[in-house]
Amino acid sequence: MILGVSIYEILTLTSILFFIGVYGFITRTNLISMLISVELILNSSVVNFVVINKYLFPEVLQGVFFSVFIIAVAAAETALAIAIIINLYRLISSVEVKDTEVMKY
Amino acid sequence: MNINYIILVPLIPLAVFLLLGIFSHKIKPTVSGLIGVGGLLSSTILSFYAAYQYFFVFGKVGGVFQTFVEKTTWMNFTDTLHIDMGILIDPISVMMLVVVSTISLMVHIYSNGYMKGDEGFTKFFAYLSLFSFSMFGLVLATNLFQIYIFWELVGVSSYLLIGYYYTKSSAIAASKKAFIVTRFADLGFLIGILIIGYYTGTYDFVDLNNPEGNAILSWAATSFMGMSVITWALILIFVGGAGKSAMFPLHIWLPDAMEGPTPVSALIHAATMVVAGCYLVARLFPMYYFVDDGFALHIVAYVGAFSSLFAAVIAITQTDIKRVLAFSTMSQIGYMMFALGVSGYDGHEGVGYMASMFHLFTHAMFKALLFLGAGSVIHAVHSNELKDMGGLRKYMPITNITFLIAALAIAGVPPFAGFWSKDEILVAAFHHDKLIYYVGLLVAGLTAFYMFRLYFGIFWSKDTKYHHTPHESPLSMSVPLMILAFLSITVGFIPFSEFVTADKMGFEAHLNYPLAAVAVGVGAVGIILSWIFYKKENDLAQKWANGFGMLYKWASNKFYFDEIYLFVTKKIIFNLIAAPIAKFDKKIVDGTMEGIGNKTVLLAQKIKGLQSGRVQDYALFFVGGVVVIVMVFIYLW
Repeated sequence: MILGVSIYEILTLTSILFFIGVYGFITRTNLISMLISVELILNSSVVNFVVINKYLFPEVLQGVFFSVFIIAVAAAETALAIAIIINLYRLISSVEVKDTEVMKY
Repeated sequence: MNINYIILVPLIPLAVFLLLGIFSHKIKPTVSGLIGVGGLLSSTILSFYAAYQYFFVFGKVGGVFQTFVEKTTWMNFTDTLHIDMGILIDPISVMMLVVVSTISLMVHIYSNGYMKGDEGFTKFFAYLSLFSFSMFGLVLATNLFQIYIFWELVGVSSYLLIGYYYTKSSAIAASKKAFIVTRFADLGFLIGILIIGYYTGTYDFVDLNNPEGNAILSWAATSFMGMSVITWALILIFVGGAGKSAMFPLHIWLPDAMEGPTPVSALIHAATMVVAGCYLVARLFPMYYFVDDGFALHIVAYVGAFSSLFAAVIAITQTDIKRVLAFSTMSQIGYMMFALGVSGYDGHEGVGYMASMFHLFTHAMFKALLFLGAGSVIHAVHSNELKDMGGLRKYMPITNITFLIAALAIAGVPPFAGFWSKDEILVAAFHHDKLIYYVGLLVAGLTAFYMFRLYFGIFWSKDTKYHHTPHESPLSMSVPLMILAFLSITVGFIPFSEFVTADKMGFEAHLNYPLAAVAVGVGAVGIILSWIFYKKENDLAQKWANGFGMLYKWASNKFYFDEIYLFVTKKIIFNLIAAPIAKFDKKIVDGTMEGIGNKTVLLAQKIKGLQSGRVQDYALFFVGGVVVIVMVFIYLW
């Protein structure tokens, strides 16, 4: 609970953050930047969990708890993604998205 | 009478066909010739034994020759309508067995000499055996459908044998022509069979031909376009028979069929297969006679009489010896047809039927002899054309004598075979229809004339100088000639009327002396005329031919029937009907289908860019989709 800030403002903020992430995921040409965008999307949802928990159901802790869980999963996912990207880089010496099109065959 | 063994008569040639056909490359020609002759010989012996047993051992019961049937159901439609396979033994089928086996055996023996050294020797014998099998099956058929099956089988073997020299384009064209024309006629036959099956409920010859049976008594039950449907069916069946028997206007295939080897012409296109049409009408004779007071039978009579005259006129002008014989065959079959057409049923009334079968019998002998003799000549001279021959009597005495006997027989000179049967035919025609009688008489004269034109042209006339001196054919060819010559002299003395008659009772035939004298006189005039024209080389014949002018030209071009058919098929049917339909099929029917296919491919090419393989594109669509769904949920729910 932050005094003077209502739930609407914070949800608006997270929505903006989410769509920035989506925009970045779609438009970036670099795999690393896309990964960062994914992180943005995840973060916006984490914030949502915490805020909704704090503002609407202050007596329970599931939302906060779940946000910690998401962060852990995101870390694992990022590690995996980075591993894939490194392998891809070894294969084609590039982390550009358009160079990975060969994988469609 | 136990008739089970007769089933072997067709089965032995079938076995020979399979043996020679499957191992055609492994069997030596001499061996395959022996196998072919041996197989046919056993069939012939069985046929003769069957005839002996049927006519003499078993004989008549209550004054009537019995009909024996041994059959098994092959296909069931209803309780009464079923197709059987089996053998039917009655006077005409036994008579045909004897004819077919005798001629076929002679031709087999003859072919051993004639086809010697030919590449496809074994194949030739295999085909001959196939033909013999089909012809025996046709003769022994117990019902309309069985006869139809074997009918087509003889058509196929005829096709194979006409096109035997398959490297010659004219032979291929002739075989196709024969097959297509007869097949076209068989369409009529098939429709007739189906009508009979539908309206009488049976295909069985015994049921159909019973004069007190349902099929004949209730012919008037249903009518179509002013005639009983059964009459229509009989006319259509006759169309099939006319196609096989080369009756006008379906005769065009027979002259071309002479492209086949000469033994084949003797066997198929003179003695056996082409008379199948007569045999078919004879087989269904009670139906033809009783249904609609013999309306269909009148058609048979007039078609036969016209074909007979038509072919005899053409035969005078032809120069290819085999074609002369082909038209002569057509003319003689016309004789048999009109003999059937003018026949009655009971006792002596049925003289036409008897005479027709008698003529079939004798004609098979002397016409096969004529063809085999012509084959012997062709074998020696290596040409079919009359102008390349002449004076051959010095080189080929046996062929000369046997050919002369056959020519005398066909010209109706007593006591040769043709005289007896022809006389009976003319008697039948005289008592029934004077117009047909005079046509028959005219044809008898023409026959004698063109036959002796042929004989003098080949064996007398000019002394042609030959590159290679022609010599008499080998024994394998001359022995069948002599046997057939012997038969041509003697078979006329068989008291045929006591064995083969329409009502199966038999009667005693008497020679009608005035009519016989007239017929012989007309024949003699023909022979004398051709003696004057052709015995010594002179220009008298040419002058007379010029005198006839247009008529001669028309006749020598076979009255332009081939051209008319070509015009009708090529110009009218192909160009005006078939071509637009083909275009419709190609442009509209195929076009629609191909259009659908092409448009699908085009669309696929357009949208396949969506599957770019770029993760971001997919994500974009995914997001877009989610947004749309959410919008829908929010605003339209």
